[in-house]
Amino acid sequence: MGELKVHRVRFFDYMPTAIRAMAFNAHTERLALARMDGSVEIFNFTDHYFQEKVIPGKDSRSIESLCWVGGRLFSAGLNGEIAEYDLENLRPKYSLEAYGGPIWTVISNTQGTQLAIGCEDGTVKLFEVLEEHIQFERNLDRQKGRIISLSWHPSGTHIAAGMMDMIRVFDVPTGHAVQRLLVDRGIGGSKSRETVVWSVAFLSDHTVVSGDSAGKVQVWDGHTGTLVKTHLVTKWDVLALSVSKDESSVVAGTSEGTVIQFQFIAPTLHQQDKEWVRTRTFKNHTHDVRALAEIETAIVSGGMDTHLVVRPLLEKFDEKSHASGLRKIHFPHRNLVSCAKKAGLLLFQFPGQLELWRLGDSDGHGEKHTLSKKREMEEIQSISLTLFKQKGEDHICCSALSSCGGWLAYSTVSSVRIYRLQTDNNISITKVLPNPELAMTTKCIHILRYTSHGSVLVFQLHCIVPVYGSCPSAMGIHPTTNNLTMVHADQQLFEYSIVEKQYTDWSRKLQKQGLHNVWLDRDTPVTHVTFNPKNPNQVVLHDMHMFCIIDQSLPLPDQKTQFYNQMTLRSLSEQERPSHLHAFKICKTFQDLLCVSLLDDQSLVVVERPLLAITSQLPAPVRQKKFAT
Amino acid sequence: MVEHAEIRMVRRGGSKINFREPVITNDSRFLLCAAGESVNVYSTSTEEFVHDLQGHTDLVTGVVLNPSNHLQVYSCSADGTVRLWDFMDGILIKTFIIGYPIYSIYVSEKHGGVVFVVVPMANYKSSELFQLVAVHLPRSGDQEVEARELSAVLCDVSPHPGAVSFGREGEYIAATKGLQLEVFFFKKQKSYRFSLKSGMKKGVKNAFTCVSCHPKEDCIATGHADGKIRLWRNFNQKKEYTYTTLHWHHGAVNTLCFTPEGTNLLSGGIESVLVHWHYTQENQKDFLPRLGAAITHIAVSPDGSLFCTSHSDNKITIIQSCVKVSAIIQGLVKGDGVWTDLIIDPRSKALVLNGKPGHLQFYSLHRDKQLYNLDIVQQEYINEEGLDQFEVVKAAFDARGDWLATVEERRKKGAELEINLKLWAYDKLTQSFVLNTTVTAPHEDRITGMFFSPSPETTMLVTTSLDDHFKAWLLADHSDTKEGFWSCDFVGGYHLLKPGCCSYSADGSLLAVGFQEVVTVWSPASWELLTTLSQPPGAIRDLCFGRLSCSKYLLGTSTKNQLCCWNLLTCSLEWSTPMDVSLLQADPLSENMAAFCSQSGSSDLFVFKPSEPRPLYSQKALCTGKVQHAVFAPRDQMLESCEERTQWLNRSQLYFITQDMDLLTFSTKTEEDRLLASSKQLMVDDSVAVTPFYLLLGKHRRQQLEKQEALTNPMAERTQLPQGSIAIKELLHTPAHVLPSASFLCAMFVRSLLVSRSSAREEKAEEEMESEKEEEDSEGEADPRLGESAAWAPSEEFGAPALTKAQERELRKVKTFDHSWLSSLLDS
Repeated sequence: MGELKVHRVRFFDYMPTAIRAMAFNAHTERLALARMDGSVEIFNFTDHYFQEKVIPGKDSRSIESLCWVGGRLFSAGLNGEIAEYDLENLRPKYSLEAYGGPIWTVISNTQGTQLAIGCEDGTVKLFEVLEEHIQFERNLDRQKGRIISLSWHPSGTHIAAGMMDMIRVFDVPTGHAVQRLLVDRGIGGSKSRETVVWSVAFLSDHTVVSGDSAGKVQVWDGHTGTLVKTHLVTKWDVLALSVSKDESSVVAGTSEGTVIQFQFIAPTLHQQDKEWVRTRTFKNHTHDVRALAEIETAIVSGGMDTHLVVRPLLEKFDEKSHASGLRKIHFPHRNLVSCAKKAGLLLFQFPGQLELWRLGDSDGHGEKHTLSKKREMEEIQSISLTLFKQKGEDHICCSALSSCGGWLAYSTVSSVRIYRLQTDNNISITKVLPNPELAMTTKCIHILRYTSHGSVLVFQLHCIVPVYGSCPSAMGIHPTTNNLTMVHADQQLFEYSIVEKQYTDWSRKLQKQGLHNVWLDRDTPVTHVTFNPKNPNQVVLHDMHMFCIIDQSLPLPDQKTQFYNQMTLRSLSEQERPSHLHAFKICKTFQDLLCVSLLDDQSLVVVERPLLAITSQLPAPVRQKKFAT
Repeated sequence: MVEHAEIRMVRRGGSKINFREPVITNDSRFLLCAAGESVNVYSTSTEEFVHDLQGHTDLVTGVVLNPSNHLQVYSCSADGTVRLWDFMDGILIKTFIIGYPIYSIYVSEKHGGVVFVVVPMANYKSSELFQLVAVHLPRSGDQEVEARELSAVLCDVSPHPGAVSFGREGEYIAATKGLQLEVFFFKKQKSYRFSLKSGMKKGVKNAFTCVSCHPKEDCIATGHADGKIRLWRNFNQKKEYTYTTLHWHHGAVNTLCFTPEGTNLLSGGIESVLVHWHYTQENQKDFLPRLGAAITHIAVSPDGSLFCTSHSDNKITIIQSCVKVSAIIQGLVKGDGVWTDLIIDPRSKALVLNGKPGHLQFYSLHRDKQLYNLDIVQQEYINEEGLDQFEVVKAAFDARGDWLATVEERRKKGAELEINLKLWAYDKLTQSFVLNTTVTAPHEDRITGMFFSPSPETTMLVTTSLDDHFKAWLLADHSDTKEGFWSCDFVGGYHLLKPGCCSYSADGSLLAVGFQEVVTVWSPASWELLTTLSQPPGAIRDLCFGRLSCSKYLLGTSTKNQLCCWNLLTCSLEWSTPMDVSLLQADPLSENMAAFCSQSGSSDLFVFKPSEPRPLYSQKALCTGKVQHAVFAPRDQMLESCEERTQWLNRSQLYFITQDMDLLTFSTKTEEDRLLASSKQLMVDDSVAVTPFYLLLGKHRRQQLEKQEALTNPMAERTQLPQGSIAIKELLHTPAHVLPSASFLCAMFVRSLLVSRSSAREEKAEEEMESEKEEEDSEGEADPRLGESAAWAPSEEFGAPALTKAQERELRKVKTFDHSWLSSLLDS
């Protein structure tokens, strides 16, 4: 396919919200992430860090802290409630008022029998974890001043609590405070301000590590209550701490966006006495690091600048592979934009609203490259804008637009709504079904639902696609052949014929030959699959950094062929070109992609959200002295 | 040509003292540093040069204290030997011949009798591969020993001495090269390698520049090209190693050093700031800024009280208690090159050349010491690589030394050249030069030559430039201002040719300017073009008028290997000879001329009179490379040599700088003898630096001090009585290594106490007698003690009469016999 007219859309003001809390479940290798808008995301670390589940937020809900108990996820927030989540149906199961004012933190003991929460009124409340519910057990000694952070000793007998200007150590069986560790205030002007102990960690050798608002990471002896070592790491706050599983390393996140690692090292080799030494500094954030988790092979951090960073610890890897590369997750691994191919409409999904845009006509002034495959055009002007304000406080899970542009559907946790669009009028039909993803074909509406187990159920047609080990990240049903194209989180590609109830020949051939390594090494999943309405052989799919047109009529590339061959092709003559063609045609001209779709008039719609635009909308970071300023 | 034994080429001062890390002795009194082919010993308190350890025949490449004897020092050299010295007395104790050129030396207390040296790999003589080998020093009594027992420790190490360091108690050795750190454990005989990514794309320069190990803990500090310092720990594991990064330097970290207790880490680089990291609290650091030039080495005294830093401008700074600069040892500054020629200041007879960036240095050749720096550019120098900053490129003095002219220029790629001509007047009150006139952009292009008129009546300056002109500048007198300023008097040119050089005749009546292939002779009085001389082919490179009896000759050299001599009376070519003369220099005090010729990669020297066909002196293969700068320096004392070959050195001395920036000169035997005598004179048994002040006052003060001690502490003296005898004193003060064996000494010592084979009673009496004698002596000095000593006087009185006169005589005889061997030993 020679040239395409491109609608380059940059007016989707998608703004992810800041990451507030994080909890890693080492048993299931799932990371739970809470954002400022109250949404919870679950990442599967065994499956290429894929964002497996999203529990949409709610206006009234705020989450300060997350906690796994076995496979159950609890959260607590400043609204004073503890909530448990239903990870099957992706909604809160129940929430419980703790009657202690805003809750700053929630933790569980290692046995998973008890939960402790730290409240604004100075109480540490213990809850018993029951089969289906939790139940209030008792209060520990009430303190003056709020409880900001908590950490349970691995044996379960003691709890360290970070407060204002001090750390308390509680004896759990009696409920009495046994130690009072006073934390110094900052120097200079901040002397009059109280020090907030943002985070504490209680290690099994009764060492307490604390991070506070004076920028110190302090190591205390929990038995005697004495200060062992002070590391002044920043001029601002130390906001988060995380301990590795073997307790040989602690990471601290600061307001400067740095993550600082401390290691428990013997100063002289082959000796037993060890001390905490500051070692590495990672700087992957521009703003506060609010949430941290040190997992087996990596340090996971997130904060105000909204992206999740997985920084692998290189010493844990034997060789360089795509798993040992730095990974930044900026966009959700699902589709926020849907496109009506015939009508030229775009639907943008925000947490609280939907926006409908119509693509304008091009003025055709773009310069023409005879050899280029795509022709760029000036950014398309929007013609009409329709705004749906979501009613109620539940946020939108997903939304879709029919390709004729006549139907629009969205769902929240509790409801699905379908609207009929007539230029500017809409008729609403409601239907109650909680669904994570909707896809529409032209005439009838197939509602597809995928489960986390990797099987795909197609309602109405009643066939089950064979189970695959990795989550599907995107799929689409071909409008003419009714083939289902699926892309999984591990970048594998399948085509399934719904009619014949088996994989197509092309898919089998592809699996037999294997995908190119360059394709497999990409670190963002494909989030959208669409088809060329004119040429049934062409499948269009995209991830964050590229989009790809797969031409099933062309030969598949083997490992030796050059994968990104567009530049080479351009330099070749017309005669030589066909011999170098292969099925994957990849374009990296557009970056930070949210949606790529082919319209019926063979023009390409590209929705970009430049990361720079997101960064510029963030609040100003803390002031830092820069060299030569 | 026959080699003349009596004229020798010597390095006379100006050697590089910042070449290798200096060493501070255990008592912090001396600083030792490699300087050319010798090791210089300086006093840390007075910054005075004490003496040097001479013996190596090539560049000294390392100095370390002997860990088993703190009064000895090892030095290694490119001549393939390791030498052991007693630095207090400047005695060479032993020479170990290794056989390969040595690039650096390391020792450790744990490895006794072994030194580690970096030598080129044996199989790869031509390539730049080096290995670290352990040398077992053979224990033999000979002065010169061959140490052939070498065992390789690490292969492929950097020859840079900062790239290898011993770890805690010598258990391991860390070496860096390129992007790799290698740690070798001696016990396990196992080495670990850690590599960093090159990371060029992000502007990260990870290459290692230096390494230093913590003396008490297992921590290795490495410096990097991008200014980072990494502290490595857990390096006995392949994967679980870890490091902390410290970052303050913006340029490369040149050197790192832990203090002896390991509480602090010192680092330095191009910023010329000594950074002082607290080991346990990495974010706390102290700075000692404005040290003048980039820091190249840091050394700490063994007790940690003194730091010393070497700087790129050939300077060693001694820093007391982390904060105070207590002494500066400044050598001849040889930066990237000598832009100005070598000039002699007519007043101070000092050598003048560009020194620190933007400065002129005045360097006393006789005392081998920098006198002072004159700030020419008067702009802040920015310590940053890759900046184009003003440099002093030309300087000239007038005949009496009243005026100094300097040219500074800033070369910028692609931008216009900035040139300033400055004229400085000598101020008698302040004894220095004061800026009189600044001419911005005196020429449109670079200035190729600048000379003052030698005539005493007029002060005139001539500058030639590549902009096809030469200009004459005159001091204009203005009645209204007290002091005149300089202005342009004449602009001359010749057929739009570029003037390359110019020269004044000795009396200032003629000016010769070379315009490419044509020599023009002008009269400065009327600015009339008198004549043109041309001797094609080749552009004129150098012009020189003859002096005294030869003043009718004008000599010129051309690029086409011609040395021509014109007779100015006949305006014709007197003679010419085919020679590739790179430099022609006239002696201002005689009619002699020195011509340096470059021939097949090395330089030859010819000293001749223009009137005579035969050279006075010639020396083939002076040094490798071209000689670009030379100067005749007048002697302060005339030599009385009558021999023909050395006569030319009688009035002045020829100094020249080789391509490797070595300052060399010629010396005769008589001169060396004289120098030797004067240095002997200065040699005093006490090892404190000898200054004239000390010679005047020190002795006197010491006597006073002794007297005082005797007064305040009589008991102490009494217990030290045996030391009073001269024999024992000499015995104790002779260096240990020249003494005979202990058994022999013991017998001698006992015999010195004995008088004869008489009874024990007599012996005792004698001893008491001796002590009494001492007593009496001190009593003679200090009367007030009499009353005090009366308390034990009776016993003395008891013994005293027992001694007869004859016995006393015998005692004296024994005494004189007794140390005769010692004095004979000392004399030999």
